[in-house]
Amino acid sequence: MIGNVLKSKLFGITIPLIAIGFGFLAGAVIMLLSGHNPITGYVALFQGVFGEIYYFGETLQRMTPLIFSGLAVAFALRTGLLNIGVEGQLIVGWFASVFVGIVVEAPMIIHLPLAMAAGAIAGALWGFVPGLLKAKFEVHEVIVTIMMNYIALHIVNHFIRNNLLASGQRTDFINSSASLSSEYLAALTDFSRLHWGFLIAIISCVIMWFILWKTTKGFELRAVGFNKNASSYAGMNVNFNIILSMSVSGAFAGVGGAMLGLGTYQYANILPAFTSYGFDGIAVALLGGSTSIGIFLAAFLFGGLKEGANNMQAAAGVAPELVEIIIALIIFFVASSYLVRWIYTKLQFKKEGK
Amino acid sequence: MFTLEYVIEMNNIRKEFPGIVANDNITLQVKQGEIHALLGENGAGKSTLMNVLFGLYQPEKGEIRVRGEKVAITDPNVATECGIGMVHQHFMLIEKFTVTENIILGKEPKKGTTINLRKAEKDVAEISERYGLKVDPRSKIEDISVGMQQRVEILKTLYRGANILIFDEPTAALTPQEIKELIQIMKNLIKEGKSIILITHKLKEIMQVCDRCTVIRRGEGIGTVNVSEMTESTLAEMMVGREISFEVEKKEAKPTNPVLTIKDLIVEDIRRVNVVNKLNLEVKAGEILGVAGVDGNGQTELIEAITGLRSLKSGTISVSGQDISGYKPRRVTESGVGHIPQDRHKHGLVLDFTVGENILLQTYYQKPYTSKGILNYTKMYDKSRGLIEEYDVRTPNEKTFARALSGGNQQKAIIAREIDRSPELLIAAQPTRGLDVGAIEFIHRKLVEEREKGRAVLLVSLELDEVLNLSDRIAVIYNGEIVDILDTKDTDEKELGLLMAGGKRDVGDVQ
Ligand SMILES: Nc1ncnc2c1ncn2[C@@H]1O[C@H](COP(=O)(O)OP(=O)(O)OP(=O)(O)O)[C@@H](O)[C@H]1O
Ligand SMILES: [Mg+2]
Repeated sequence: MIGNVLKSKLFGITIPLIAIGFGFLAGAVIMLLSGHNPITGYVALFQGVFGEIYYFGETLQRMTPLIFSGLAVAFALRTGLLNIGVEGQLIVGWFASVFVGIVVEAPMIIHLPLAMAAGAIAGALWGFVPGLLKAKFEVHEVIVTIMMNYIALHIVNHFIRNNLLASGQRTDFINSSASLSSEYLAALTDFSRLHWGFLIAIISCVIMWFILWKTTKGFELRAVGFNKNASSYAGMNVNFNIILSMSVSGAFAGVGGAMLGLGTYQYANILPAFTSYGFDGIAVALLGGSTSIGIFLAAFLFGGLKEGANNMQAAAGVAPELVEIIIALIIFFVASSYLVRWIYTKLQFKKEGK
Repeated sequence: MFTLEYVIEMNNIRKEFPGIVANDNITLQVKQGEIHALLGENGAGKSTLMNVLFGLYQPEKGEIRVRGEKVAITDPNVATECGIGMVHQHFMLIEKFTVTENIILGKEPKKGTTINLRKAEKDVAEISERYGLKVDPRSKIEDISVGMQQRVEILKTLYRGANILIFDEPTAALTPQEIKELIQIMKNLIKEGKSIILITHKLKEIMQVCDRCTVIRRGEGIGTVNVSEMTESTLAEMMVGREISFEVEKKEAKPTNPVLTIKDLIVEDIRRVNVVNKLNLEVKAGEILGVAGVDGNGQTELIEAITGLRSLKSGTISVSGQDISGYKPRRVTESGVGHIPQDRHKHGLVLDFTVGENILLQTYYQKPYTSKGILNYTKMYDKSRGLIEEYDVRTPNEKTFARALSGGNQQKAIIAREIDRSPELLIAAQPTRGLDVGAIEFIHRKLVEEREKGRAVLLVSLELDEVLNLSDRIAVIYNGEIVDILDTKDTDEKELGLLMAGGKRDVGDVQ
């Protein structure tokens, strides 16, 4: 039935593609309605990503944290958990990595891994708490993670304001021994902010794929995600797997934060509001079908849209908010994939009818 | 008035799935006012054919006529408009909704813009009265019995004006009492001018209520016969293509030392009521002990307590001399216990895993499937291929999702997994639910083989036939207690029935 169609690999790619198509189509209609030429607009958008090597480097830089937040959401989702707390886990990861980056003095070979580990551990802790509450007291993870987001935001802001404030709203810069920035990559991309974190993100995609599909633990995590009863019948420790999954998910998010702290910005600042990287991660995971490759591609799409928006405004006069609308619509179409699926089966049926 | 002979005609239907032809040139013609049986082995394509009729699948070839008129049933709404209703093998109800809400869902009577719940309840009461379908309209689905859930499914189709009802293995999940009620309901429906297509593996039921029977084998139509001209064994032969023995051949049991020993076991349910009440039981190596009882007398909780899925309040359970009370499921399994669970979708399978993954669900973490935390999928799939072959699990291959298997083949995959480990103690709860007669014969033989190997088998079944056929001794459970243990030779259905209802055989006979 539907399940059968859904399972086929081809269809797994078809839904996102149709959704993206619809998203851009709707974007074009909006441009038309607001008196812009959609072709000029999209050409400018495209050039804003591929037109100059600097833009391309910035796109890769932008997608790096998105990959991590996408992986974080997807990892939990595979165990049947909805981690809305990626945002908070990313914020504490950002802060923890910067903290270690500033306070510790050590050679790079120790310092950089240490700072990243700090980010991972902070994120993992932020995921561990909702995992524990879910496993022990059956408190729904969505509620706890949402609250944990606020706790993260305000605690981090408090520490920066009272303990680490250097100039304006931000901390000191991290020591260069903890920095991910790469002169090589920067030079390669006409001095964009592209940093080594991009490679770490790619490796992390491979790591998630490996954990889920190659290891025994991954087998258990996926089993728990699909059917808790059958998993505990088969002797798996469901509660432990829930806690583990949330912690690993949080660790991915925390490293995503470290990408911002050690890579893009080199400092942490008082956040006036959420960064939205965490929430975008939900979109990335959804569009990417919770697969490593899908997440990479989805992060590239969203990173590219956000980067290209600059040039779209400069060259075609289209408000950059348009890409936010396109992203929202893509997500809307993926989420309402029931509709897409329905159209798909109708098309399929027409074809067969001929 | 002019009446057509056939209300439904499905002519030369073909339906393919990736790697398999589920229906190949099948023809099914149903007369007005008859109960038409659809018989075939597990995976023969019965559910598929009915899903085609109900518009869930589109056939590659063939035509469907409803009352003589050719129709394209593109989705279930079209089927509903044609007066076709379907009660699925696995129910499709919303647990948190009430009976009434489930029935009217998608076809709610309106009062302005709101649902007219009063009218809905009245309508539902009216239909349920008319067909003798007793339900409690205000209960939530999660709180009612399987039998009542099924009546809700039937009401749902009637509420939508169905004249032709499809029942896909309606009796598989029912207790004998509920089956009796369902048969009465079907008779009432026929009296009210409905026509019924019934899928069942129980030949007795076909003999009892059906007028005609269409047999399919491996996707192909074998033919349609008048039930009155058939017997159970000719039907079975027609379906499997060989003779089937309904009796289990087995030698006298030679039980030795006790494997499972349960002492004064008390288990509570969520309401803190003792559902297993000071129960004592012993199963010896080399015997099959059957537990007979009316559903809901503590069988489920007893099994869950032994297998570690439910905590005990007091008492001890030991296996081969080792006290396993309070062990977690993994440790219970490793202490030599195998378990064929009664609900295959809830406990037995991860439907979104492949057949191969499911077959290794109890052993994936052991050598050689896991080493240093890494799964060896090649070894896993090699192993599962062998078992799929041995247990005749009909699936395109080991990498097919368990969800895509027919109900009976899903069950065979579970049985392969549990019996292959040849555990000291094998707990088989409704092991043949939803299996065709050929598969039942095979599974029964396997269970007897385990006994012969000196394993202890604890069989829990609601079907007295199965218990009587297979067991060496029979323990009757009532109200969470074993009220009597009998030698199978010395008892019969009648006596068991009496004991199961709470009657005592002979005062003084039981301690
Ligand atoms: N959605 C699906 N995708 C792929 N294959 C399927 C799907 N549904 C059924 N099949 C295959 O089609 C064949 C027929 O299945 P079907 O469910 O119709 O059998 P059945 O006669 O109802 O058996 P049972 O008595 O065990 O319920 C089986 O081999 C099954 O594996
Ligand atoms: Mg079926």
